[in-house]
Amino acid sequence: MVQKIYDNAPLALDGLLFDGMVIAAGGFGLCGIPETLIDAIVESGVTGITAISNNAGVDDFGLGKLLKTRQIRKMISSYVGENKEFERQYLSGELEIEFCPQGTLAERMRAGGAGIAGFYTRTGVGTMIAEGKETKLFNGETYVLETGLVADLAIVKAWKGDPYGNLIFRKSARNFNPMAATCGKVTVAEVETIVEPGAFDPDHVHSPGVFVQRLLLATHNEKRIEQRTIRQEAA
Amino acid sequence: MPWTRDDMAALAAQELLDGFYVNLGIGIPTLVANHIAPGVDVTLQSENGMLGLGPFPTEADIDADIINAGKQTITELDRTSYVSSADSFGMIRGGHIQLSVLGAMEVAENGDLANWMVPGKMVKGPGGAMDLVAGVGRIIVLMDHVDKAGTAKFRKSCTLPLTGANVVDMIITNLAIFQRPDRRSPFFLKAIAPNVLPDEVRAKTEAHYLEMPA
Repeated sequence: MVQKIYDNAPLALDGLLFDGMVIAAGGFGLCGIPETLIDAIVESGVTGITAISNNAGVDDFGLGKLLKTRQIRKMISSYVGENKEFERQYLSGELEIEFCPQGTLAERMRAGGAGIAGFYTRTGVGTMIAEGKETKLFNGETYVLETGLVADLAIVKAWKGDPYGNLIFRKSARNFNPMAATCGKVTVAEVETIVEPGAFDPDHVHSPGVFVQRLLLATHNEKRIEQRTIRQEAA
Repeated sequence: MPWTRDDMAALAAQELLDGFYVNLGIGIPTLVANHIAPGVDVTLQSENGMLGLGPFPTEADIDADIINAGKQTITELDRTSYVSSADSFGMIRGGHIQLSVLGAMEVAENGDLANWMVPGKMVKGPGGAMDLVAGVGRIIVLMDHVDKAGTAKFRKSCTLPLTGANVVDMIITNLAIFQRPDRRSPFFLKAIAPNVLPDEVRAKTEAHYLEMPA
């Protein structure tokens, strides 16, 4: 069996990091983000990163950690609120942002991973998102051409993984992780639990191992909650 | 007397019909879920990848892996399913969601919507709003009638970057409801908050609209 399991995050990232690289990350807000791998990338000191990620974390958590250390040069994201350092760097011109509508971002990652160079969508037509992009009429409606995204490295977080790299995500922590896994030239997955070969029902695998080259046991599973909303117990 | 946020949410909730799949935006639109009439079966969708949203959890039931698009902790129902964000936006773009309720900074009389950016000031990004207005069949906007400076938010044209062109079907403000039968028609005044006069609505609206049908 090809050995996909690595002992820790620095070993799992060994030889994969270089300045100016493109990294795709799974996660929505702070949910389902590869916390362990992000910390290892901070430690590595690699710079000039273009990060493909729906969000930019918060000031001291998630990709916010890589912004704080100025390791990210450009973000391709749909929503970057809740991060003051991001706003400061962007407004001062230190950081570049390519805004991409959320569904378009998900589809660009999916397309890139599936060998599709571009696709037409109605999303963004008539807005500044579509400026400078090719448009085309289908059945009398205008669609805009968006391109697939491929990253040098994809980092994802899953609930469970097996030694073949098969992954199962948990609840809404799935979000962008399956698409991120497909769009990396190399994909590294951190998982909360590593299971024995054959432990997964093949019908229940979310991301098959073909998309995952390296796997490690996540050591950072803080799962910080961004908006803690509760209801009172009914009396 | 102007409508409260809850009044506005309750008015929007009347537009949710039995069997609808509905996406509620962040802010006042989230309150719509509290006002769905008994007997009306609605499934709420959250664009991060959850279909069938339950209420907020109790303290004991909080699960960091169950959040809605506003990153709020939420619970499951017996109908709940999880999908990837790509599949979730397939539901939205593919026209499988019947209705979305969103907030707005500005709406124009031609149905243009602006709710994602104030150039040079607010840098947050569109999130899923552009996909929602492009793919969901019916769009209802909940917003204050005027902004903090007293400027009309229902305008001749939007001054802010658009979220979508000609995408709004109904506007519910704290003063009035505007609606149009289709996206080629102008808006008409459908209702006014109790004890608010038509002249006040007129004075605080820049957009052209048709008067209330008799």
